[in-house]
Amino acid sequence: MNTLLEVSDLRTQFHTPEGNVFAVNGISFNINEGETLAVVGESGCGKSVTMMSILGLIPIPPGEIVSGAAVYRGRDLLKMSEHELQRVRGKEIAMVFQDPMTSLNPVLTVQRQITESLRTHMGMDAPIASRRALELLDLVGIPDAARRLNEYPHQFSGGMRQRVMIAMALACQPSLLIADEPTTALDVTIQAQIIELAMRMRDQLGMAMIWITHDLGVVAGLAERVIVMYAGFIVEEAGVDDLYDDPRHPYTLALLGALPRADRRRHQRLKSIPGAPPSLLVQPRGCPFAPRCELAADKCWAESPSLRPVGAGHRLACWFDVKEMAS
Amino acid sequence: MTQTVSKTSIEPVVRPAPLAPHELVGPIEPLVRVSALKKYFPMTRGLIFQRVTGQVRAVDGISFTILRGETLGLVGESGCGKTTAGRTMLGLYRPTSGSASVDGLDLQALHNSQLLHFRRKAQMIFQDPYASLNPRWTVNAIVGEPLRVHNLFKTERQRAERVKELLELVGLNARHVNRFPHEFSGGQRQRIGVARALASEPLFIVCDEPISALDVSIQAQVVNLLEDLQDRLGLTYLFIAHDLSMVRHICDRVAVMYLGLIVETSGRDELYESPLHPYTQALLSAVPIPDPKKDRARRRITLQGDVPSPLNPPSGCRFHTRCPIARSHCAEQVPELREVMSGHYVACHEVK
Amino acid sequence: MDSATSVARLVPDELEAPPLSLRELVWRRFRRHKMAIFGLVMLVALLAYAFVPSFFISEDYANHTDTSLRLHAPSADHPFGTDTVGRDILARTIYGGQISIIIGLTAAILEVLAGVLIGAMAGYYGGLLDSLLMRFTEAMLNIPQIFLLIVMAKFFASGIPNIEFLGREYSGSVVVIVLIIGLTSWPYLARIVRAEFLSLKEREFVLAARATGTPTRQIIFGHILPNCIAPIVVTATLGVANAITLEAYISFLGMGVRAPTATWGNMLENANNYIESAAWLWFFPGLLIVLTVLSINFLGDGLRDALDPRSRTL
Repeated sequence: MNTLLEVSDLRTQFHTPEGNVFAVNGISFNINEGETLAVVGESGCGKSVTMMSILGLIPIPPGEIVSGAAVYRGRDLLKMSEHELQRVRGKEIAMVFQDPMTSLNPVLTVQRQITESLRTHMGMDAPIASRRALELLDLVGIPDAARRLNEYPHQFSGGMRQRVMIAMALACQPSLLIADEPTTALDVTIQAQIIELAMRMRDQLGMAMIWITHDLGVVAGLAERVIVMYAGFIVEEAGVDDLYDDPRHPYTLALLGALPRADRRRHQRLKSIPGAPPSLLVQPRGCPFAPRCELAADKCWAESPSLRPVGAGHRLACWFDVKEMAS
Repeated sequence: MTQTVSKTSIEPVVRPAPLAPHELVGPIEPLVRVSALKKYFPMTRGLIFQRVTGQVRAVDGISFTILRGETLGLVGESGCGKTTAGRTMLGLYRPTSGSASVDGLDLQALHNSQLLHFRRKAQMIFQDPYASLNPRWTVNAIVGEPLRVHNLFKTERQRAERVKELLELVGLNARHVNRFPHEFSGGQRQRIGVARALASEPLFIVCDEPISALDVSIQAQVVNLLEDLQDRLGLTYLFIAHDLSMVRHICDRVAVMYLGLIVETSGRDELYESPLHPYTQALLSAVPIPDPKKDRARRRITLQGDVPSPLNPPSGCRFHTRCPIARSHCAEQVPELREVMSGHYVACHEVK
Repeated sequence: MDSATSVARLVPDELEAPPLSLRELVWRRFRRHKMAIFGLVMLVALLAYAFVPSFFISEDYANHTDTSLRLHAPSADHPFGTDTVGRDILARTIYGGQISIIIGLTAAILEVLAGVLIGAMAGYYGGLLDSLLMRFTEAMLNIPQIFLLIVMAKFFASGIPNIEFLGREYSGSVVVIVLIIGLTSWPYLARIVRAEFLSLKEREFVLAARATGTPTRQIIFGHILPNCIAPIVVTATLGVANAITLEAYISFLGMGVRAPTATWGNMLENANNYIESAAWLWFFPGLLIVLTVLSINFLGDGLRDALDPRSRTL
């Protein structure tokens, strides 16, 4: 398997009037061709900012990519100019966002928005691009596609809009699709449709996918590998079966323990994690999860643990290893 | 390795299953009774005198009862009318027809002075912790408002004391009484909302998606809080939600809504283990399970298309346009909600 | 309820920042506007100019005519010169300023009262009441304010006796002007307030107040109104400037405040025939009008930004 994207030690901060926001604090991960990676975390953990940093989509006055590299097919995206990045975005790496209403231009028809990408990146002329747009709408399962090509975003339902977003993202057959919470705002049955669509597209096009979400249920059904983020750090990384069978980080464990199950009878209270995520305005020192961790010791407050391997494809950022402790 | 303060020194609470009918001693009058409740919103046009051009049939005739101390879950997807149902049964929207009563007090029959009495007994917790608190009011004012409106306690000092007690009850620091909502996190604001709902010492609380806007780790905190309060204060809940996993966890009975109607009602485990209505089956099969092996193994029923508009619902059974087992008569006749097994009601022609 | 109390104890007090009330936040944002601060300072200076010297210079002095001194250019004795009947212009700008400013303030207060009341009723109750009130408002908006002022002023001002207020005697025309400006300026604010009420009344905290059983009056004035202070304050502030300008217009046309009461506006009128020959007649009152209106506008701009709820700090 070839490595498609390799991110090393990415650090992103925002300079605001209230102080410096340490949004991403040293993230390193890879994604291989054709692989599906899920990035899981709660709000504020930095999962979106990471992806936006990679694609150069964060506003650079308040934002600053302090350090790091994001090497895509041998070239560092973080060092590219805006002009060069524009050639990568949409064509090589496409992104789908959470709220399709605000990501689609309300005054342009759907056809116009899909063909824009085709004409810019592939140099297609209008009639060919329109035909391709029709194919794409069919591909993503929009009924009566020919008529709907000329409609505007507000004439579509939430789920349909998200399909249009996916069609736009897939137009130039990118090697990597980054989906940032694409189904969070959708009903559960529509979510199932969209996930099924994404997986079908992935299989058909051999595309790699990074799926950002906070929903551990969605991750279980979709991902091959999972990264768990907290307060701008990666705390655990594992293959999907491994993560659910054998979670090692206290945060992962706590997160899984806080989840109610629709498939099992209730047998105990949900284990809640006391407190709340830390303020990102404070320079991180020590393990970010220490204030809420049952196991926190002096070492945890003093020094931030780095990711170390604890099994096949399984990395952990913790001074303890719950597995070793249990035995 | 140090052991920090344990999270709870209460034994894990094992919630008893609701009493099956034959275990009841004599008839028990339900605390909450909703009967054929309808709420239509008119679509209007016109400048000075508005003409009605259509009706959004948000809630189109629902009935249910809730026993004292019970938690009924009301689930469905967006547009099914569950939030409208919750608000209408509390009189926040005037019902188009039908009735709702709490502890014998009937909403329709109330005049203004008794409406206040109703409001003491039946309260609401809202979904959006950012919008449900007045940003210009202090926490003291917000939580104390029910105390003032209902004239509980005689002096301002006594009310302030009670506000502090309520904050402690929901796990907030009483020192923060004079702060403003924007200084608190989402989970804390939701707790403030809970404290406000408790201030009038209600019997019944409608929880309208109280945790949807919160992070996963905070959701568990708030749900545990709601359960503890229920046990301590003997509260009755209507839990409106779209998160089916959470509903299974906290509710005793569950009612499933689709396009303004209840399609299935049952005891909790029975609904999840043997759902009878095709919509319920599809809904449950779409719920993500945080267990990759199990998730891969199960059968998915994927519904086609989108939910029809409540402006113009399909004829007959509303679900027939997307139903995998629909037959011709389903488009003609509206199925009634019938008890097909003990305590298990379904509205479907194909279920016997 | 140990799980709950342990939650409060386990994590160090999250609200570590000192409580910043909304007022303090607004002030902080305001401070960043250099022009607004300048406007505020300028305005305070102008208010001081108009009101403080009346302890030293009497009104009689301002009204004292001496035709031997007529149309003297600015000098040591009369720093702003004298007018057509020999009155000291400096003193007249001081007393005239008082009237102009009072007109501005009271007209703005009237405008706010009428505008908020009508806008709130229309916005909150909706339906037929809203339709009727809004049609009325739109009708009022269509009436050109200046013409109405002229007509009304001509009609009423002559017959009204002088009144006494705060130890000064005014021509009754002042009251008429205030009433007319106030009663014709409110539609603009009413529409804004109505729009705010329309959107705010759907907010969940209003629904929560209804669920609590809060009476409607308390909802309107206690809950919704405090949340639309921002546009009201900004409109009121700019309304003061508008009223001052309007008064100047009509007084200049000779329809405004009558002699002997001075206002900046009618001082301009007196300068009508002497625009080139005795520039000091119009220059000083004109300058004061410009400075006042400008500083109010800067202040209003700063307030608008400072009170904007979409600013990130809030």
